[in-house]
Amino acid sequence: MNYRMILYIIGKMLGVEGIVLLLPALVALIYREPSGIWFLVVSAVLGLLFFLTGKTVPKNRTIYGKEGFAVVGFGWILWSLFGALPFTLSGSIPSYVDAFFETVSGFTTTGSTILTDIEALPKGMLFWRSLTHWIGGMGVLVFVMMIANLEKKSSMFLMRAEVPGPEADKLVPKARDTARLLYLMYFALTALEVVFLLFGGMNFYDALTHAFSTAGTGGFSNRNQSVAYYDSAYIDGVITVFMILFGINFNMYFLLLRKEWKSALKNEEVRAYLLIIAGSIAVITLNTLSIYKNVLHAFRYSSFQVASIITTTGFYTADYNMWPELSKTILLFVMFVGACAGSTGGGIKVSRLLILFKSIRQEITRITHPKAVTLVRVNGKTVGKETLRSVYIYFICYILVLAGSVLLVSINNFDFATSFSAVLTTLNNVGPGISLVGPVENFSQFSVLSKLVFCADMLLGRLEIFPYLLLLSPELWRRKF
Amino acid sequence: MNIIIIGDGKVGNELAKLLSEEDYDVVLIDNNEKKLKEAIDRMDIICIHGDGASADVLAQADVAHADLVIACTSTDECNMLSCLIARRLGAKHTIARVRNPIYYQQIDILKQDLHLSMAVNPELIVAEEISRLTIFPDASKIETFVKGRVELVEFQPPADSSIIGVSLADLYTRYQVKILVCAVERGGDVFIPDGDYTVCEKDTLHIAAEHRELEKFFKLFGARRRDKIRRVMICGGGRVSYYLASRLIAMGIQVKIIEIQEDKCEHLCELLPKATIINGDATDHDLLVEEGIANTDAFIALTGMDEENIIMSLFARSQNVSKVIVKINEDRRAAMIRDFGLNSLVSPKSAVANSIWQYVRARKNSQSSANVETLYQLVGGKIEALEFIVKSSASYTGIPLKDLAIKPNNLIACIARRRKIIIPNGNDSIQVGDSVIVVTKDKRIQDLKDILREG
Repeated sequence: MNYRMILYIIGKMLGVEGIVLLLPALVALIYREPSGIWFLVVSAVLGLLFFLTGKTVPKNRTIYGKEGFAVVGFGWILWSLFGALPFTLSGSIPSYVDAFFETVSGFTTTGSTILTDIEALPKGMLFWRSLTHWIGGMGVLVFVMMIANLEKKSSMFLMRAEVPGPEADKLVPKARDTARLLYLMYFALTALEVVFLLFGGMNFYDALTHAFSTAGTGGFSNRNQSVAYYDSAYIDGVITVFMILFGINFNMYFLLLRKEWKSALKNEEVRAYLLIIAGSIAVITLNTLSIYKNVLHAFRYSSFQVASIITTTGFYTADYNMWPELSKTILLFVMFVGACAGSTGGGIKVSRLLILFKSIRQEITRITHPKAVTLVRVNGKTVGKETLRSVYIYFICYILVLAGSVLLVSINNFDFATSFSAVLTTLNNVGPGISLVGPVENFSQFSVLSKLVFCADMLLGRLEIFPYLLLLSPELWRRKF
Repeated sequence: MNIIIIGDGKVGNELAKLLSEEDYDVVLIDNNEKKLKEAIDRMDIICIHGDGASADVLAQADVAHADLVIACTSTDECNMLSCLIARRLGAKHTIARVRNPIYYQQIDILKQDLHLSMAVNPELIVAEEISRLTIFPDASKIETFVKGRVELVEFQPPADSSIIGVSLADLYTRYQVKILVCAVERGGDVFIPDGDYTVCEKDTLHIAAEHRELEKFFKLFGARRRDKIRRVMICGGGRVSYYLASRLIAMGIQVKIIEIQEDKCEHLCELLPKATIINGDATDHDLLVEEGIANTDAFIALTGMDEENIIMSLFARSQNVSKVIVKINEDRRAAMIRDFGLNSLVSPKSAVANSIWQYVRARKNSQSSANVETLYQLVGGKIEALEFIVKSSASYTGIPLKDLAIKPNNLIACIARRRKIIIPNGNDSIQVGDSVIVVTKDKRIQDLKDILREG
């Protein structure tokens, strides 16, 4: 392990967070809120840390996969630890554990909250909450890579550790250019949404925070009632469409930019993703007809909720806790599925499920024709054995983490639906669950232990488990070899 | 600049490494997924899995916007075909590696019809490098500038040489040799010397001069021995040996080739009537002694096995052969034997990669006022020697060098004006039409004016 280099890169990451914290400070200044001073204090501390760790450039600058994972693992935790400080220091969220939960929930784009009265917080704090979504969505390290000059040769190790999905792809040869391109598309889409929301009569501040939360597929709203507060079919529609757009693999937008329509439209993952959304909306619309009495109403609420849950955003316009069992179960299912690989969404990812289902079909063929040679193909390309194995292992780990967390959370003695859906929603970075953690509820009633378990789940879910499993393995820390 | 490299072999990999570190956008295509995975982990590039001759795969690599396509897979046909297709799909320039001697003989026709910008024959490049090394036995590495008229050699003065303790200023005035010491390597350090520098034992000097001047210099300061190479023993009878032997024979040197396969021997015998071809195992101690290894002036190990080459050369050294040249395919092995006293190592892959790299650098600079013609990396890349052609008058033309404010760690090593080679002193000046060789520690020099201080 190259400890010096890990420290050096993490130092740079903290420096970038120091710069980012100036934005909410600016917002606080505009609204003349005294609590904004704490952003500057934390920013100064981070600047100092950046200066201390960056003073000497390490001699040995080579890093490998394990260092990449370690940087990503520690980097996310440290960003969250420091990002939580303004909340506690200003007294907005008095308990540091709660503030940490809120920040982790922000950076991992989960959107679960422990706040009972959101609107009571200063505007600067709420802006920072949404901004964490925006940066966490595309990836903290990708963001740092764009701003700071990280090690060029080993950039792939860093990208792979953070970009969601079974395989990390670069769009253009240079990692830094790829990061810039990703953020350019991300920024353009976000700006577009802000414009659309302004047309719907939202004020600029609300439009900005909601666009940030949609872009990162996070789900923090600055309203207690989330998007339901506006009660506007237009705003619901805009957010629904943009949630679905941000759940699509960004490589597809790049292909569209390069005018390669054919390969963009033939993307199997995106097709499957849209198909699942359409199917779920259809069933839930029919199922909730009994409540809403009107097809259009049922369609409006069900499409918003399906889009919100499958892209793991977690906004709500309706209390789906009141919906029939079938609808709730479908929502739980799409929670598992999640968005596309390479998007800002969480979950298992459509591409992994595609590979899993195709592997099942391959296994069945193998049983009927023992000597048949079969391959798993996605997008007309053969999926390599390495990738297949990593998908299987990921799925197993995912189930194990899920089971373990449910066990730990059940100490709280809530009903199974609450414990299970709370873990599921945090592990998949969705936000709300069902029953006691339903859309209109929050996570404040859980014990400190459970909150920490949820934090761990959110980080595990966002970074796809392995960085943290690696940090726990003694092999990584052993000095010899 | 967008560059597509087809084939992640030794040369392709080395090139990708060199170019991606230089800020080029590199796409690497190969059909071995495992190798690509290694490549993408170690370099800032994109890798595409597939056949480089397929239009689909090339389109994926965005060949239409590529400035250069370099095909260096293991087969000539694939390379030429890939270049042809890439050209048709919109690539601006193409380079193919062509190693089959039959193809290479008609390379002019092929280059024209396939629109190749450059064809690289790796064996020929290696043979050229070795033949230059053989002719200056004291120098360990020789590069040429100005189409071969100026040579740049690496020279470690032998312990008994009279050059030790002489300062550079003395060297130029007292001995009247028109050479220029452009870089000195001491321990792990490299610096560009000034007049006060005195030569120490164990320093490695990098010297630029004309061929004749170099001969004079080596006569004065080289180790005392018979001046000329007369007998050369080559182990291994591959293509490099053939190209090398025909070159050496043309210079009137006696060549003996030892090759283990009988049919190869017969073939060589046919092609090289003046050479002595021995059919036998070059790793056989008795055979080498019998064939007179003790009486050869140069021993060149060119078999396909690095290990055999190393062992043979160590033996040759123990037999006091004055010049031992070893071909080593794998850089990692070369690093292992750095301290064994074998100082003439030739790596085919770096030789080829370097020759293509030069072209790329030159290509990139072709629009500016002065132009990098050739570029060499010295001392493991710590120092570069670049050749510029002054195409039009600029702020620095016509001014005596002593009046130019040149940044530290830059040196104008040599000026070539028409048929004349000038090793410049302070009174010389740069004229339009000159070829100028600059030695620099600053790796970002793209133009002659970059070596001047601002303002």
